Amino acid sequence: MNTIICDTCGHHNKEGTTICEKCGKPLNQDTQKTLLNMRYDGTAIRSKTRNRSIIDKTWNFFSSIKVGVTLIALALIASAIGTIYPQETYIPQTVDPSEHYRDQYGIPGQIYYQLGFHNLYGSLWYMILIALIGISIFIVSIDRGVPLYRALKHQAIKRHPKFLKGQKLYGEYSDYTEEDKQQLLQHLKQRRYKITEKDGHYLAEKNRFSRWGPYVNHLGLIIFLAATLLRFIPSMYVDESMWVREGETEVIPGTNQEYYIENQQFIFEVYGDREEDEIFETALENNGAIVPRHYETKAAIYQDTSDKEVISEPELEEIKRGEIIVNQPIKFDHFHIYQDSYQLNEFQSMSFKLHETEDADEEAILEFTVDLVDPERVYEFDNGYRIELNDYFPDYELSDGRPRTTTNYPRNPGFVFFVYGPDTEEAEVSFLAIGQNLAAGENQYKLSLTDFDVRNVSGLTVRKDLTLPFLGLGAFIFMIGLIQGMYWQHRRVWIHPTADRIYIACHTNKNWFGMKSEYEKITEGTPFTEIVDQENKNE
Amino acid sequence: MDYLSLSGTLLYTAFILYLVAVIFFAATVRDKRQEKQFTFVNKFAITVTSVGFLSQLGYFITRWIAAGHAPVSNMFEFVTFFSMMLVLALIILYAIYKVALLPLFTLPLVLIIIGYASVFPREITPLVPSLQSHWLWIHVTTVALGEAILAISFVAGVIYLIRQIDQQKSTYRTKWLEIVMYSIISTIAFIVVTTTFSLTGYEAEFVYTVEATEDREETQASLIYHLPAIFGKSDAELVTDGRMDALLPAPDWLHGEDAAKKLNTLVWSLAVGLILYLLIRLFARKRVAALIQPSLRRTNPELLDEICYRSIAIGFPVFTLGGLIFASIWAQEAWQRYWGWDPKEVWALITWFFYAIFLHLRLTRGWHGERSAWLAVIGFAIIMFNLIVVNLVFAGLHSYAQ
Ligand code: HEM
Repeated sequence: MNTIICDTCGHHNKEGTTICEKCGKPLNQDTQKTLLNMRYDGTAIRSKTRNRSIIDKTWNFFSSIKVGVTLIALALIASAIGTIYPQETYIPQTVDPSEHYRDQYGIPGQIYYQLGFHNLYGSLWYMILIALIGISIFIVSIDRGVPLYRALKHQAIKRHPKFLKGQKLYGEYSDYTEEDKQQLLQHLKQRRYKITEKDGHYLAEKNRFSRWGPYVNHLGLIIFLAATLLRFIPSMYVDESMWVREGETEVIPGTNQEYYIENQQFIFEVYGDREEDEIFETALENNGAIVPRHYETKAAIYQDTSDKEVISEPELEEIKRGEIIVNQPIKFDHFHIYQDSYQLNEFQSMSFKLHETEDADEEAILEFTVDLVDPERVYEFDNGYRIELNDYFPDYELSDGRPRTTTNYPRNPGFVFFVYGPDTEEAEVSFLAIGQNLAAGENQYKLSLTDFDVRNVSGLTVRKDLTLPFLGLGAFIFMIGLIQGMYWQHRRVWIHPTADRIYIACHTNKNWFGMKSEYEKITEGTPFTEIVDQENKNE
Repeated sequence: MDYLSLSGTLLYTAFILYLVAVIFFAATVRDKRQEKQFTFVNKFAITVTSVGFLSQLGYFITRWIAAGHAPVSNMFEFVTFFSMMLVLALIILYAIYKVALLPLFTLPLVLIIIGYASVFPREITPLVPSLQSHWLWIHVTTVALGEAILAISFVAGVIYLIRQIDQQKSTYRTKWLEIVMYSIISTIAFIVVTTTFSLTGYEAEFVYTVEATEDREETQASLIYHLPAIFGKSDAELVTDGRMDALLPAPDWLHGEDAAKKLNTLVWSLAVGLILYLLIRLFARKRVAALIQPSLRRTNPELLDEICYRSIAIGFPVFTLGGLIFASIWAQEAWQRYWGWDPKEVWALITWFFYAIFLHLRLTRGWHGERSAWLAVIGFAIIMFNLIVVNLVFAGLHSYAQ
C-alpha cells in the first residue's frame, strides 16, 4: 500500500490520510485555503482509499452515508404506503382479502392488494430493505469507527501551526504573560478539560466519549435488528389464542399439552353505574354505546404431571391462580397469558318441553335439556317418546333460504328436531331457533323453549417471547448511544506557543455556539478573549 | 369551586398570559433602541411565559385530579398537553440561546394549538381497560415533549427561511414558503370558523340509510353538521328546517361515516384561509413572508440554523424514548405485541426515520442552512400529519375519534 510521507516530520501516513497523524500538518495541498475537514481527524477511511476488488466496491457502497440515507428514505416511503389502506391484519377475519380490497376501495384497492401492499411489513422486500439498512450500519461502523478510535487515541499534542490555522475557531496573540497562560489552563481545568502537555504545547480535551455515541447507538440498532430475527427460531416464540368458557378447563395451545387453564369466572363491568362515574356522563351520552370499565378472568393454571411416555389421562396439578386483566397478564414458565377479548352471555344449554299442539295449557309431556357445546343426538324417555336432534347450527343464519352456521360458537343456536311419539312411526320435524318455531306440515306435537343458561367466554392470548430481553438490550444500548452522542460534545483546545506569540485553536464536533460561549468563559480576564470564527470570515 | 372548572380557568389564564408575553416579546424585537435596555423587557416576557406555563401545569394537575386519570386520553387533552410541552421546549431553548424571536414565533403557534384543541369535545372521557395503565401517561407525555422539542426546529427553520429567502423575485422557494404561511393561516381560519358557528349554535341534521349487512338490518343514521354543508354525504337528506342543503356530494372514494363532514370542515378552513391570505396580500401588496422579513434583519441566520439543528439533536432521543421504546413496552403489556404496524405506530416510525435522515444529512456540509430549514418544516408537517390526519382519518387502536 502507498504511504504519504509528511514533509515536515517525515512520518509515514496511510494512503488517504489528509492530516499527518504525527504532527497534524495538512497533507493535502488544496485543503490549506479552506478549513480542515475534522470529521475523522483526517484519518484514512477504508471506503475512501480502496476501490479495487468487488469486496471494496460492496464495502464502499454500504459505507456511504448517501446510500444509508437513501435506504432509510426508501423504508420511510414504503412504510407510508403501507398505511394508505388497512393492513390485512386489520380487516375483518371473515372476509376474503382479494375481494375485500376491491369492494371497499375499488380499483386502487385492487392494485394495492395485487402489489402485496396489504401485507407490506411482513413482505420479503420490506424485510430485505430493513436488512440492507442493518448491513449498512454494520459496515459503516467498522469503516469509520476503527480509524476514528485510532486517531483519537494516538493524537499528537504538539500540532503543526497549519493545523491550528485550519480550525474554525482560531486566534493569535502576542501580548500576554506567563500568568495569563497559567490562568487560561486553570480555567480549562475548572471546566473539566483534561490537559496534556508536550514541549510547552497544550492539548485540552473533554467529553471524548461522546464521539462513540453514534457507534454505540448503531450497535444497539444492530442488536435490535438481529433480535427480531430470533423470532423465527421456533422455541423462542409462541403466539396462540384461545377461548375458554366459564367453568371449563382447556389445554393451553403452544405448550405441548403441558399446561391447562381453567376459567373460574369472567367478570365484566361497564362505566355509568357507579357514583364516581358522574364525571363521564356527557362523554358516555355522546358515545352512545356502552364503554367497558374492566374485564378479567379469574383463572387457575395447571400442569400435567403424568408420564408423557405412556398414553394416559392428564394429571393436573395447580401451579398458579390469579386474575388475568388487560395490561396485567398472568405469567408462568416464560408464558404470558393476556386478557384479549370476550364473548358475553354465550348460550350454555337450552331446555325444551314437548306438548300437544292443540293443548292451550301447553302441559308438558316431557322435558329435556340440550348442552349446546356438546349436544347429545338422541333423547329417550320412559313414556315411549324419543327425540332426535337431527341437525344443529350453533350460530345459525339463513343464507339463500338454507340454514347454516357462521361460527362454531353457540351464539344463536338453531335446531332441527325429529319427534317420535309412542305410537308414531313417522317422525315429526320441528325447527327451532330464537324467535322461531316452525313445524313441517301439521304436527301433533310441538316443542317449546322453556329455559336457557348462559355463560361468558374469555378470549385469551398465549405468548412466549424469549426475544424480548435481546430487543430490550438493543433498545437500551441504542438510547445510551443516542444520549451520549447528542447531549455531550467532544471539545478540544490547542495551545501552541511560538517565539513571539501564542496560537489558540478550538474544535468541537457539534454545537459551536456552546463552544464559543465556553471559550468566552475560559478566557475571562485573560488577553485571549477574541477568537475568530474563520468560517464566517470566509463568507 | 370544583377541580374541573378550576382547571378550565387555569387553562384560560395560561392562554391570556401567553398572549401578553407575545406582545412583550414583540416590543423587544420591534424596538430599535440599544440592546441592553431590553433585557428587562425580555426577562419580564419570559417570566410571564413561565407563569403561563405554571398555570397550564395547574390545569393539567387539577384535571388529572378531577378525572382520576392523566388528562391525555382524548384529542382535546392531548393537543392541549402538546401545547404545554411546546412552551416547555421553548423555555429550554430560550434559556440556551436567548433569542427573542423564538418565543415571538412559538407562542402564537402555541395559541393556535390551544385554539385548535378547544374545538374538540372537552368533556372527560372514561378509559377503556387497555388504556388503564401508567404507561398511558408515561408514553404520551414523553412523545409530546419529544415532538414539541422537534417542533421548535420548525419555528427556527421558518424564521430562517423568512429571513434568508430572497423576496425580490418569485421563485419556487418563495412559493413554497407562502404555502407554509397559508397553511398556518388556514389553521387559524379553522379555529375562527368552527368557533363562530358553534357560538351561533349552527346545527343541520342529515339522515341517510345504512345498508343491511350480514349481521345488521337496514337502519337510518344521522350526521350532524356544525358548519353549513358544502360537501354532503351523497345519499343523505337534510331534515333540519332553514338550513343550507349540501351544495355538492362528497366523492365516493372517501370512506367512513364521517368522511363527508370532515371534508366539509377541511374545505371551509382552506376557503376561509384563502380569503384571509388574499386579504393580507391585497392590503400589503407583498408576500406574507416578505411582510415579515424586514423585522428579522438584525437576527443572525447562523444562530437560527444552530437552534434548528440543536432542537432536533435534543428532541430526537426524547422522541425515540417516548414514541418508540415506551410505546413498545406498553403495547407489549396491553396488546401482547410490542409492535403491531398500526397506522399511528407506523407514522411514529416514519417521523423517526425522517429525523434520522435529517441528522445524517447534517453530517455533510451541503445540508446546513436553508436545506436543513426546509427539512425541519417537512418534519413538523409529518408530526402534524400524525397528530391530526392519522388520528381523525385512519381508524386504528390509537384513534381518538373512535
Ligand atoms: C434508522 C437507522 C439509523 C439511525 C436511527 C441512526 C442514528 C444515528 C445518529 C443519531 C447519529 C448521530 C448523528 C449526530 O451526531 O448528529 C448517527 C451517525 C452516523 N450514522 Fe447513523 N443511524 C441509522 C442508520 C445509518 C446507516 C444506514 C448508515 C450508513 C451509511 C449510518 C451512518 C452513520 C454515520 C457515518 C454517522 C456519523 C458517525 C460519526 O459521526 O462518527 N447510519 N446515526
